[in-house]
Amino acid sequence: MKYLEEYRDPLLARSLIERLRRKAPDRQVRLMEICGTHTVAIFRSGMRQLLPPQIKLISGPGCPVCVTASEDIDRAIWLAQQPGVIVTTFGDLVRVPGSSSSLHFERSKGADVRIVYATLDALQIARDNPERQVVFIGIGFETTAPTIAAAILEASRLGVNNFSVFSAHKLLPPAMRALLEAHEVNLDGFLCPGHVSTVIGAGAYQEVVDNYKVPCVVTGFEPLDILQGISLLIDQIESGRAEVENQYRRAVTREGNSAARKLIEEIFEPADSTWRGIGTIAKSGLAFRSEWKGFDAAQRFLMPEITVKEHPGCRCGEVLRGVMTPPECGLFRKVCSPQDPKGPCMVSAEGTCGAYYRYSE
Amino acid sequence: MDPGLIQLDQGSGGRAMHELIDTLFVSAFNNPLLAERNDSAVIEIRGERLAMTTDSYVVDPIFFPGGNIGSLAVHGTVNDLSMLGAKPLYITSGFILEEGLACGDLEKVVMSMAQAAREAGVLVVAGDTKVVPRGKADKLFINTSGIGILPPGIDISGRNARPGDQVLINGTIGDHGMAVLCKREGLAFENEIQSDAASLNGLIALMLDAFAGIHVLRDPTRGGVATTLNEIAEHSGVGIRLFEEALPVRGDVLGACELLGLDPLYVANEGKVLAIVPAQGADAVFSAMKSHPLGRAACRIGEVVSNDPGRVFLRTRIGGHRLVDMLRGEQLPRIC
Repeated sequence: MKYLEEYRDPLLARSLIERLRRKAPDRQVRLMEICGTHTVAIFRSGMRQLLPPQIKLISGPGCPVCVTASEDIDRAIWLAQQPGVIVTTFGDLVRVPGSSSSLHFERSKGADVRIVYATLDALQIARDNPERQVVFIGIGFETTAPTIAAAILEASRLGVNNFSVFSAHKLLPPAMRALLEAHEVNLDGFLCPGHVSTVIGAGAYQEVVDNYKVPCVVTGFEPLDILQGISLLIDQIESGRAEVENQYRRAVTREGNSAARKLIEEIFEPADSTWRGIGTIAKSGLAFRSEWKGFDAAQRFLMPEITVKEHPGCRCGEVLRGVMTPPECGLFRKVCSPQDPKGPCMVSAEGTCGAYYRYSE
Repeated sequence: MDPGLIQLDQGSGGRAMHELIDTLFVSAFNNPLLAERNDSAVIEIRGERLAMTTDSYVVDPIFFPGGNIGSLAVHGTVNDLSMLGAKPLYITSGFILEEGLACGDLEKVVMSMAQAAREAGVLVVAGDTKVVPRGKADKLFINTSGIGILPPGIDISGRNARPGDQVLINGTIGDHGMAVLCKREGLAFENEIQSDAASLNGLIALMLDAFAGIHVLRDPTRGGVATTLNEIAEHSGVGIRLFEEALPVRGDVLGACELLGLDPLYVANEGKVLAIVPAQGADAVFSAMKSHPLGRAACRIGEVVSNDPGRVFLRTRIGGHRLVDMLRGEQLPRIC
């Protein structure tokens, strides 16, 4: 298989691990993999137990399902409960528990909740059901936002009036800043997300490096990518540098994908957004521009005030900020499991709790 | 949060389905034959040992690359009997048809069932037909039951795995699930992914001829290789260690899995058998597999160990270890 096996080569991986063992610093270094896809890739490769003990990998807030605010989950559930509404979304979101239900349970009670692989599929559902309102629950970072913007442009071009999007999108660099400003975790470096960076470009992290002097390495998702990303971070730390480096050059440029960013900018504008476990971060979400508000589900439906009730023992917030690991949570494995999740980090395929549960002892 | 309503994942083949089976079916029908929980029950009538099984098919779409719901029903039932080492003989078939189903489609399905039965050497000896109003079923559901005869001296069960045994499989994993999913979702790759659905009784007869002391045979259908091996590890009270670099996955299946975020270890197969064989018989069984058209791509993928009873671990390509859990949640509904 082209572009997969090459990046999983066992001999190269072992030599990279050897190299890391040789040059590991004598103090502990804390590296955050921001992206949930990295977290899962690290667990699946069994890499954690191969790294020297001084290198600590901390999972960050880069799982889109996990950082979706509880009130937004409740709003999505409310939308699914409205007569005649079809709610469409990406797979993992349906199982995330809200205050008293989940989209999954609403579906078994009769709500029309459909999982789609692409936003354009949601638009097609709207075209196939002209008498019904079709709402897409838009979650995700800079990677998914352009596809959603494209679907809205297409809906507008086709004159589809029964399609709208509930925008719970998030932007990553503001969250990185918020984590560093909070000073809860002392981070020595970031493994920056490969996919998001294809859109925003490696240059987007320059400001983090300049203002906070924390090394950033844009990294791919195969075992060799991640090992090399870690290695580049260690080199920077050891030589006292803080720079943006790009390990994932086969996909990411310094500038990113300007066409994709233009799509986002045409439909959305940055707005304050609430992150689960972190709180409201200025300009970290995407709201509809006024000329596109016709497609905004939050405008189309008169939503009630939401009072959120989270499971009292759930520590997803701390896990998302990297200040706690899942096994330190009192619910983990005891009452919280992928089958009966109490918080989003256990639900999502990319959630840190789910990764610990599924892949480690 | 339990609304007291059946959820899709309770039919996924994974953890939720096992809990439903244990708490409701096994306890309600309470008897030692059912409690064995193998693919087929072994019943003894006048000194003759028979294997008996049943299965329902709801695959969507009913036609997929490499087969259809009809051929799948025959293969699946033949395989469930074969997994005990039984020789499949007779099958019954119940049809639930939705009003408005194209007669031509039904005919195609039944013709391919007939062909699959001929090829597997089984007779379809009884049946039932029901039609429900449009919208009350989705096109066509099939239930099949099967009966086979168990040769003397064969003792194959999910409880028999022992430390030191080798884990063999007759070919690539995840083909069926990805063939159905790609067809259903309209995902097109360079070549259409073909289902591996096939009757395995011929292959298994050959394997048993080579070495009759095979401990476990299981077809890794819903929930995939990962879930099936977890069941075996639990029932036998042993650990199982898999080798990542030995797992055979077709390039197109791996590519589609990567694209959709699925792990081939959890994707359904319909023409694969996992064989757990004592070390002294492993070479003979492996050669027998290799000599059969349905076993040409056979691989040794792991071993049974005494530590970590009830659990499956994977030694990764880069030399790490990780847990391989049973399927949780619904991965792909209506794959068979």
